[in-house]
Amino acid sequence: MSAPSTGGIRRTAAEMAAALADGSTTSVELTQAHLDRIAEVDGAVHAFLHVDPEGALAAAARSDERRAEGATASALDGVPIAVKDVLATEGLPTTCGSRILEGWIPPYDATVVARIKAAGLPILGKTNMDEFAMGSSTEHSAYGPTHNPWDLDRIPGGSGGGSAAAVAAFEAPLALGTDTGGSIRQPGAVTGTVGVKPTYGAVSRYGLVALANSLDQVGPVTRTVLDAALLQELVGGHDPRDSTSVDQPVGGLVEAARRGADGDMSGVRVGVITELAGDGWQPGVMARFRESLDLLVDAGAEVVEVSCPHFVHALAAYYLILPAEASSNLAKFDAMRYGLRVLPEGIDSPSAEEVMRATRDAGFGDEVKRRIILGTYALSSGYYDAYYGQAGKVRTLIARDFDAAFEDVDVLASPTAPTTAFRLGEKLDDPLAMYLNDLATIPANLAGVPGISVPSGLADEDQLPAGFQILAPALADERCYRVGAALETLLEKKWGGPILDRAPGLEGAAR
Amino acid sequence: MPEITRDEVAHLAMLARIDLDDAELDHLAPQLSVILESVASIAGVAGDDVPATSHPLPMTNVFRDDVVVPGLTAEQALSGAPASEQDRFAVPRILGDEQ
Amino acid sequence: MSTDTDVTLVPFDDVLAAYDPALGLEVHVELNTNTKMFCGCPAVFGGDPNTQVCPTCLGLPGAMPVVNGKAVESAIRIGLALNCEIAEWCRFARKNYFYPDMPKNFQTSQYDEPIAFDGWMDVSIPGDDGEVETFRVEIERAHMEEDTGKSLHVGGATGRIHGADYSLVDYNRAGIPLIEIVTKPIVGAGEKAPLVAREYVKQLRDLIVALGVSEARMDQGNLRADVNLSLAPRGSDVLGTRTETKNVNSFRSVERAVRYEMGRHAAVLNAGDSILQETRHWHEDTGITTSGREKSDAEDYRYFPEPDLVPVAPSREWVEELRATLPENPTQKRARLQAEWGYTDLEMRDVVAAGAVEPIEATVAAGTTPQAARKWWLAELARRANDAGVELTEVGVTPQQVADVQALVEAGTINDKLARQVFDGLIAGEGTAAEIVEARGLAVVSDDGALGAAVDAAIEANPDVAAKIRDGKHAAAGALIGAVMKEMRGQADAARVRELILEKLA
Repeated sequence: MSAPSTGGIRRTAAEMAAALADGSTTSVELTQAHLDRIAEVDGAVHAFLHVDPEGALAAAARSDERRAEGATASALDGVPIAVKDVLATEGLPTTCGSRILEGWIPPYDATVVARIKAAGLPILGKTNMDEFAMGSSTEHSAYGPTHNPWDLDRIPGGSGGGSAAAVAAFEAPLALGTDTGGSIRQPGAVTGTVGVKPTYGAVSRYGLVALANSLDQVGPVTRTVLDAALLQELVGGHDPRDSTSVDQPVGGLVEAARRGADGDMSGVRVGVITELAGDGWQPGVMARFRESLDLLVDAGAEVVEVSCPHFVHALAAYYLILPAEASSNLAKFDAMRYGLRVLPEGIDSPSAEEVMRATRDAGFGDEVKRRIILGTYALSSGYYDAYYGQAGKVRTLIARDFDAAFEDVDVLASPTAPTTAFRLGEKLDDPLAMYLNDLATIPANLAGVPGISVPSGLADEDQLPAGFQILAPALADERCYRVGAALETLLEKKWGGPILDRAPGLEGAAR
Repeated sequence: MPEITRDEVAHLAMLARIDLDDAELDHLAPQLSVILESVASIAGVAGDDVPATSHPLPMTNVFRDDVVVPGLTAEQALSGAPASEQDRFAVPRILGDEQ
Repeated sequence: MSTDTDVTLVPFDDVLAAYDPALGLEVHVELNTNTKMFCGCPAVFGGDPNTQVCPTCLGLPGAMPVVNGKAVESAIRIGLALNCEIAEWCRFARKNYFYPDMPKNFQTSQYDEPIAFDGWMDVSIPGDDGEVETFRVEIERAHMEEDTGKSLHVGGATGRIHGADYSLVDYNRAGIPLIEIVTKPIVGAGEKAPLVAREYVKQLRDLIVALGVSEARMDQGNLRADVNLSLAPRGSDVLGTRTETKNVNSFRSVERAVRYEMGRHAAVLNAGDSILQETRHWHEDTGITTSGREKSDAEDYRYFPEPDLVPVAPSREWVEELRATLPENPTQKRARLQAEWGYTDLEMRDVVAAGAVEPIEATVAAGTTPQAARKWWLAELARRANDAGVELTEVGVTPQQVADVQALVEAGTINDKLARQVFDGLIAGEGTAAEIVEARGLAVVSDDGALGAAVDAAIEANPDVAAKIRDGKHAAAGALIGAVMKEMRGQADAARVRELILEKLA
């Protein structure tokens, strides 16, 4: 029989896994359907930097063979996935959205990539991102921006706009992202998808090309809370190659998501963070946030207001810590061992140092240069204490705010991002305005606590998606999943279906 | 408080090994000043009694056993090299000394 | 670059008349762990280029470090042996600077939180009258870090870095664990400054070897010394501007480099110029230093805590366990052995210089007297080692064999002269000492009949000498003993021969 035009791609990953299990589809079919969808819409969306049809189909065929032998490798064996281009993939280009790594093919796999390969998930390709994950719009990709499937003239969020857009546009049921200050959650919010930043250390960072090592975390990008839980359980867990990996299990996520889907929130205390709501936030975003809270209250939750007074300093601390760590991380891109090598013009027999300087000028975009210089400044002798040192102390104060808040409540809540998706180019040359997008997501990275963004509905002003963020104490990721799943169930009941049912179909959108 | 001058940006670019041309300096210096002014707001937020956090989770003593594990072959190691010779990375002439 | 190769040095005594030298020594010790500091690649020399590398030590994007626990253990043991405090909590830090042999363009090191700090080492130096003086060198810190790769410079005249067309980098060495041991400024050594520098490095090497944590061979580069020197006007308590001399590859060079820099600093200062704070390079062949890199902007290393590693917090129990594994400090051990053996300072110094402490210790343990053990190792075997150009321990004779030879001498089976032939046999691998005596027919003749006949013959052949002895001039007996020994081809006990001569001429 001929595959339906959608090939079942609008199903959730859990539904796809069930279809694979009951034999109603095969991994090759499913993978081909997504490759077809990518071929159809990615010209318009540009979620992918590299697509790997051969590799994905070969992996899918192996998955089908395993299944035929009754030896599936995991619950998601055969369900295809997209991977953010900041994760090292052996044999597949890994550019981090930067010219300086154009054509680089890693000789090794990131731990999370090795785990999804071992679990039998065909990798469709690598998704677009702001260069080295620096940005909130994916416009800082050296390979051109990703377009928001809800409105192709708008940003898909960032830095992981590619992963979020791929999932929102049904180009992939699952994707891996990374979140340093909101790069999974904020794209989730503005594309109507689910994004989770796990507890720092709950998922291995080995093979994640570091932006800011003490803030980065790999996490799932999906259309449902349950799918996110399935993916985090699959890629998470201790990794001896990552010294900051926690060696205690962060589990019970799938169970929590299933339990939350009952929609019963009795006994759950939700704290609304005073500092992350109110003036300056888009009214439609706030309206959806308040409605969501009301639904949780109706389901039995108790909602209280909680103050985290130091959160107002989070953005400043973040923009000192991140550039400092990044300036050092990105020093390795020097044209000596891999990646781009540019010879300076007008110099005969240039020195290594001259080649480094010319290459780094040609290979890095403006935002990367800005942050490298800022970080170099923040670490310079004489400025260290005032900037990097002070930022580390503010980090302590923010972590204490979280500790105090979690003595009173089970989870904290805020809108994920202050606005819905803005227009491409709108904030490109106004770094500060761009940075404000991550206001609500940054505190979790500074303190290492987990956070999830689930769609809260469409803002009245522009009919674009907004996100609802749930934060939990470190290692209590399951709380994010439980409350997130409950809210998802309650909202979908109200809407009569998933939010993405209201997104444009994009058929024939290729340009 | 902090104003970052064009000369300072040029010096930082030199430390960071980025060849910024005049146009880039003109463009970046004022942006950096704005950002710096904004982040400088944290001065004085935390007193001397507040310890700095460098790791979000308080872990210590993560050690590896002193056991050899297989690495890369020379071919794999050199696979991304812009230039190589005699199984070594070929790099332009090096000025100055080792540190 | 200055034209400092043609500087006229101030003579050493004149330097001391006007200035007080201050030393500072930074010694890098490459550990002999199986694997590198932060990855599981082998930490050994000599593999084919870029075959002992992995994503981590090659600095590939995304790769992460994990600390080698054995290297931490070695660092703590070195710290304890240097009487340091061991940090209860410390971190690694990134030292940021660009250099092609450093894969990440930062070195993972330790900055203001070293694993060991505030220690000391007592250095023995020969005094003016042959006595041994002790000079205490204060240790500022010992910290953990990683080594860099190695570059081959291609083109140009000399294979040196300057003038090369390009370079070829091998990262096998990148990431090998290093412990950097830094002294506090060493002041008050005066004329002994060059000697203190040399002996500090040498005795530190002995300590490292005794700990078993490194091969610690300067010629192999697994022990490297950077020599800081400054001069202050005599009596001033302010330190002068220092220079840091690198590439000092032997103990002797440490001493020479200090002397050279003292003379050069004084020349610059006497001319009214100021010393440039810079790195200088020692040239073994010409015995001079030349200007390296000026320490200006490159000094801004932008240290910050390594975010990919968690803090190291050695428990006090662990530290005490490691303390219990420390070998006896070589300096203290020497003082103890010298007292036990009854050697003079001069004798002990010669023993130490010949590398004979451990061989003698083992020989004495096998039952030989300290004096006899010293005689054989120093008079006989050290000469042979020297002739063969090998270490004393590689001369081919074991302490047990020396003890066996000495036992044969004491039993009167052989004499000292014959013993030398036994050593020949031992080195040639002819069997045990007893077997060699038997096979070579080396036993002394104790048959008084044969000996008596030889004595009679000697008396008859030398009537003048015999007459003198009869007159009581016993010292003349030597000539007759010589004649008898010659007749007996050396296989006689000289003391017994003397007895017989005196008996017969009484």
